Amino acid sequence: MKLQRKSGMRALTVGAVAITGALVLTACGSDNNDSSDKTSSSPSGSASTSSNASSISCAKGQILSSGSTAQQNAIEAWVKNYQQACSGATINYKPSSSGQGIIDFNQGTDAFAGSDSPLAPDETASSKKVCSGGEGISIPMVGGPIAIGYNLPGVSNLVLDAKTLAKIFNSKITTWNDPAIKALNPGVNLPSTKIQSFHRQDDSGTTDNLTKYLGGADKADWPYPHAKAWAGKGGQAVAQSSGVASQVKQTEGAIGYFELSYATADQIPTVKINTGASAPVEASSANASQGIAQAKIVGTGSDLALDLSAAYTTKADNAYPIVLVTYEIACDKGNKSDTLPLTKSFLNYIASTDGQGQLASSGYAPLPDAIATKVRSTISALS
Amino acid sequence: MTTTAPPPTAPPPHKAKTVTRPGDRIFSGLSRGSGIFVLVIMGAIALFLTIRAVSAISKDHANFFTTFEWNAALTPPQFGIAVLAYGTIVSAVIAMAIAVPIAVGIALFITHYAPRRLGDVIAYVIDLLAAVPSIIYGLWGALFLVPHLQGLNLWLNHYLGWTVIFHKSDPNSTPRSLFTVGILLAIMILPIITNVSREVIRQVPKMHEEAALALGATRWEVIRMSVLPFARSGIISASMLGLGRALGETMAVATVLSADSTLSAHLLDPGGGTFSQNIVAKFGEATNFGRDALIASGLVLFVITLLVNGAARLIIARRKEYSGANA
Repeated sequence: MKLQRKSGMRALTVGAVAITGALVLTACGSDNNDSSDKTSSSPSGSASTSSNASSISCAKGQILSSGSTAQQNAIEAWVKNYQQACSGATINYKPSSSGQGIIDFNQGTDAFAGSDSPLAPDETASSKKVCSGGEGISIPMVGGPIAIGYNLPGVSNLVLDAKTLAKIFNSKITTWNDPAIKALNPGVNLPSTKIQSFHRQDDSGTTDNLTKYLGGADKADWPYPHAKAWAGKGGQAVAQSSGVASQVKQTEGAIGYFELSYATADQIPTVKINTGASAPVEASSANASQGIAQAKIVGTGSDLALDLSAAYTTKADNAYPIVLVTYEIACDKGNKSDTLPLTKSFLNYIASTDGQGQLASSGYAPLPDAIATKVRSTISALS
Repeated sequence: MTTTAPPPTAPPPHKAKTVTRPGDRIFSGLSRGSGIFVLVIMGAIALFLTIRAVSAISKDHANFFTTFEWNAALTPPQFGIAVLAYGTIVSAVIAMAIAVPIAVGIALFITHYAPRRLGDVIAYVIDLLAAVPSIIYGLWGALFLVPHLQGLNLWLNHYLGWTVIFHKSDPNSTPRSLFTVGILLAIMILPIITNVSREVIRQVPKMHEEAALALGATRWEVIRMSVLPFARSGIISASMLGLGRALGETMAVATVLSADSTLSAHLLDPGGGTFSQNIVAKFGEATNFGRDALIASGLVLFVITLLVNGAARLIIARRKEYSGANA
């Protein structure tokens, strides 16, 4: 009798564990489905494929690629469209990190790599081993604005400039009603809330690009060299852009930086930048393209590395200054013959008006025409 | 019932000399192989860490042990582990200070106080707690625990601020501090300490307890005089298992802590860092050299863990007379 009751109890608890386990597993399962939905074909995409087909000249085969997580969403959307239009083509982009992408490329694993920054001289040198007769070149492909998000109830139209941003992120300005901020926002009732600034805890290309802007636009207030690791004083560190966005969302008085898509997704208001243009510039795809249009191509030969310093200090109307450009890395000559057709065809598609036109919807910025033209002719010359 | 019949499988006395069959040889070979395998793996890990670490540390342009910042990407590279070692140890100590008393309490409740059914239920719930992945703890910590700890932080600052360690420099800052990390780690290591302690406490011979009861001891005195001394070495082992997890915990710390390169005695202030948090934060964008530098910090964590385990072994060895094996 006693024995029976015990085993009944045990069966019950085993059942409970099984049910809980099943719940946990289904939770994981639905997660997986979710993410695979994003990458795999969805029926709604097929309608757009037919219109895209014109810009895609299909090639067959399979290529590996890896690198920057910043361009992950863009590449995934492009891969989806390309593979829907072209049967027999498989493009595998592994979002690891820019550094890992370049390492993979220089080991000959990748047909092309994604990177937040152009190849450094020593990286170009070691790329000559995998590009027989040529070298690795940086092709700008995915641009985007870095949005400055804030959380200030009652204030919906905040304007800042490079100087105040540098001082805020360096803890020189600590309250929202600081005279410097007031001067940029006449007529706005700014609270005396303390500023809670958030930055990335992990090393990141976003930090690198923001600090390039801060140092490039206002060297006096941002004396640190640009780096992937945060150098400013004070503030709080959060892992990943999503983490910064969620902290800004939930903390009153917060300010932080992330890609525009996070601001859109979480409905976080973004700062307009007073660049000296006729009106403060909002963080948007179109304005970022205008900003990138100020950049100069500094790469030599077929390399198209950009110098964005002119963008940081631009006073052109509707040119958003805090921009980043990510690159695709490929060999100018000496690409492997079995992957070259597909690499070229895919890069041609993503650089086309059609491919670039899809960027704005996910918070990226299409390349300005002048640069895009050069990018297309460079890709056509890949061999 | 069955004790009256002699066990039929018992070997007759004249067959007592050792006979080795193939099965014996295979099994002893397998188990010896497993033992050696563990040693080889440990040796390989240590060798790998040492080689990569030495090459990185030799290029470090700052003192590896006293430097606060971790800037392996600079030219020349400058990085050090002072903040990381401090943060790792402090957060683990906070976790242990909170978790060990609670865990032992739960274990005693399950074994000595709770009705059997309730005890079983609690034991299963604790087991489930161990099955939650650390990133879930991290998300829970960042999204729930951190906002809800602000009140406790302010209270501590108000009444215990004079102790320096509970001083909060900026009352408005969100409590993404080593203190919060310690609380989160305490919850994470609670199941392992509880479960092992419970098993150890169950091993206490009933005779000891009954003897104490017969001498007129109350329940608390039984626990204090016969259960705890007997179980102490086991509880220490359990705590060391928990400490190992606390020292190495990665995702939960990286999600909750606002890491920077400050070393502060104010536990409630955001800042600091731990070894594994630093590795996960820097690894993604690190160059090959940066990874070697991170491996060097991993080696230090490895050594700290070895020292802690060694210390625990010493304590247990000193208290051998109480251990279950000699009972």
